[in-house]
Amino acid sequence: MSTMGVGGSNVGGRNNVLVTGPEGRPVVLLAHGFGCDQNMWRLTAPKLAEDFRVILFDHVGAGRSDLSAWQPERYSTLDGYADDVLRICRELELRQVAFVGHSVSAMIGVLAAIREPGRFSKLILVGPSPRYVDEPGYRGGFSRADIDELLESLDSNYLGWSAAMAPVIMGNPDRPELADELAGSFCRTDPVIAQAFARTTFLSDNRADLAKVIVPTLILQCSRDAIAPAEVGAFVHDQIPGSVLVTLPATGHCPQLSAPDATLAAIADFISGPP
Amino acid sequence: MSGTGPSEAGGLGESGRRPNAHLASLLEDSTEDLYENAPCGYLSTFPDGQIARVNATLLSWLGFTRGELVGRRYFSDLLTVGGRLYHETHFAPLLAMQGEIGGVALELQAADGSRLPVLVNSAVKTSASGAPLLIRTTIVDARDRRAYERELLRARREADRERERLQLLVTTLQRTLLPPELPDVPGLQTAAYYHAASRDEVGGDFYDLFALARDRWGLFLGDVCGKGAAAAAVTSQIRYTLRAAAVYDPDPATVLGTLNSALRRDYERNDGRFCTAAFGVLTPRTDGFDLRLASGGHPAPLLLRADGTADYQEVGGGPFLGVIDDVTFTSTTIGLGAGDTLLLYTDGLTEARTGKGRDRYGDLALRAFAAGLAPATAAGAIDAITVLLEGLGGGLDDDVAVLALSVPRRRPARRPTPPGRRRR
Repeated sequence: MSTMGVGGSNVGGRNNVLVTGPEGRPVVLLAHGFGCDQNMWRLTAPKLAEDFRVILFDHVGAGRSDLSAWQPERYSTLDGYADDVLRICRELELRQVAFVGHSVSAMIGVLAAIREPGRFSKLILVGPSPRYVDEPGYRGGFSRADIDELLESLDSNYLGWSAAMAPVIMGNPDRPELADELAGSFCRTDPVIAQAFARTTFLSDNRADLAKVIVPTLILQCSRDAIAPAEVGAFVHDQIPGSVLVTLPATGHCPQLSAPDATLAAIADFISGPP
Repeated sequence: MSGTGPSEAGGLGESGRRPNAHLASLLEDSTEDLYENAPCGYLSTFPDGQIARVNATLLSWLGFTRGELVGRRYFSDLLTVGGRLYHETHFAPLLAMQGEIGGVALELQAADGSRLPVLVNSAVKTSASGAPLLIRTTIVDARDRRAYERELLRARREADRERERLQLLVTTLQRTLLPPELPDVPGLQTAAYYHAASRDEVGGDFYDLFALARDRWGLFLGDVCGKGAAAAAVTSQIRYTLRAAAVYDPDPATVLGTLNSALRRDYERNDGRFCTAAFGVLTPRTDGFDLRLASGGHPAPLLLRADGTADYQEVGGGPFLGVIDDVTFTSTTIGLGAGDTLLLYTDGLTEARTGKGRDRYGDLALRAFAAGLAPATAAGAIDAITVLLEGLGGGLDDDVAVLALSVPRRRPARRPTPPGRRRR
């Protein structure tokens, strides 16, 4: 089943991989961030798929991924998620991959590109932050108490996540009508997994990894982003050698939703640009 | 108008008469007043979140003036930092994708720094062409509700903790009812598999293998009716009765007779617990082992022979144990030669549901499976059965115990035995 409403083949599996776009064109791998799933790309992926081979997936624990594959230890660091990205690349035999990572997936892409630089042609980091929590001499924008407050917000709001959703997310072939209900309710996640992903996302520190990136990198910064402020984008730009920083006229943390055309143009230009 | 006062206009006047519609419209004649002083907060923002309009109710809740908010602040500015993170990662994307979102719990920060728990509903107002123009948000005071939800959360966490404690208790208790590892029987390979159907209840299946003398071993495998704490208590009694009875007189038929009497004596007055069990005594012979076996209502064991065939071994059995007094059991001898493997199992294996029709796995399927394995080793057979059962997934709704015994084939001297996962 295609959740994106565009033609494509659902390779499915652990990461609910969806392949769209013409074969033989440059490969673009779109990675969603914390809080949602591959639906985050629904305004940009169909247009990208006119010119590129577009691969979408859900991180394990999100969307329609195989929740039984989620293990607290494996996904307690971003390395576990980077492993999955590289595994998807290997299984689909992807080469010269342009990786587009939103939010926390920006750092997941950085880790993957450090481990297998030959696999990637370009890195596009949308609203990246290598460290959300303030440190002496570094401003990430948040304190540890802020992160705890987020975890509490997650708890409060998963009351709206009803127990009846659980069998749907777990995959219940006996009740297909529930799948339709799910399709109309994006980004629902098991509360335990959401809490763990929030911790992994907001407490990781990948500042030291940035200098190790040798893949050509574009940083897409929003003009007003409460999660990844401009000075963090500038820090990432400063640390990744030869990187390009583009500031999008977009408010919020999700330019692919609030300014899809500008985001799309920036991504496509960079992928098609000089290697 | 004469004779009607404001108190009646509220609809609850002393006379109990409903106010007429005309009067109600006169009192609620200002949509502006309805907007400003509604019993909920109204907030309209531009698509980028900048505040375009706010009602008096929300201003009074937060202690801001209109001028401090309109055109100056963004919706996310009113949130706590943690709430802002939630807003950016969940609320805003969902609103952008769905055009509306409801029932989201957030905390607003008032001008004096105090916090107001609220429930937020938002909808996007679009132009004729579908472009977003405004986000309209209603905000409901949720102080009481949040306290209630916190209580629900606390109760859920407590329930989760209790469940973990229960599962730990069950696992620990289960372990005490099964041998931690099978003893070494020279010249025999042994392996066992146990599947507990539930993590919340102790299973009712059991097995054991133990030395009776230097060259004699006792073994048993059975299934207590029911599961949970009561079944665990019976299982415990069965284990020590069988072990003690075998020391006194190891004839399998006698041992089962003793167990039957013990169950009748102790449980007759209670809930009539009964079980099925096979009890056997192993003695070595020149080319393998003799197993003297008696059965009380238990499924026949399967013999996987060295020549590649597999058959059930009918054991002249007696009835279920613990049901009637003064029953007689008989013992049968099964010979195990080099390359033979004997499987003892509980009916959770053959009664597992398979496939879409939810048919039982069945005796015929098990024999065919065993014939496919033969000639086998105890470890190999248990590995294959483990894979088989894992493949049944949710169809496996009962406990399963399997005990396998095999006599290794003769091999050239000095050749080391390859290590097996469960080999003993």
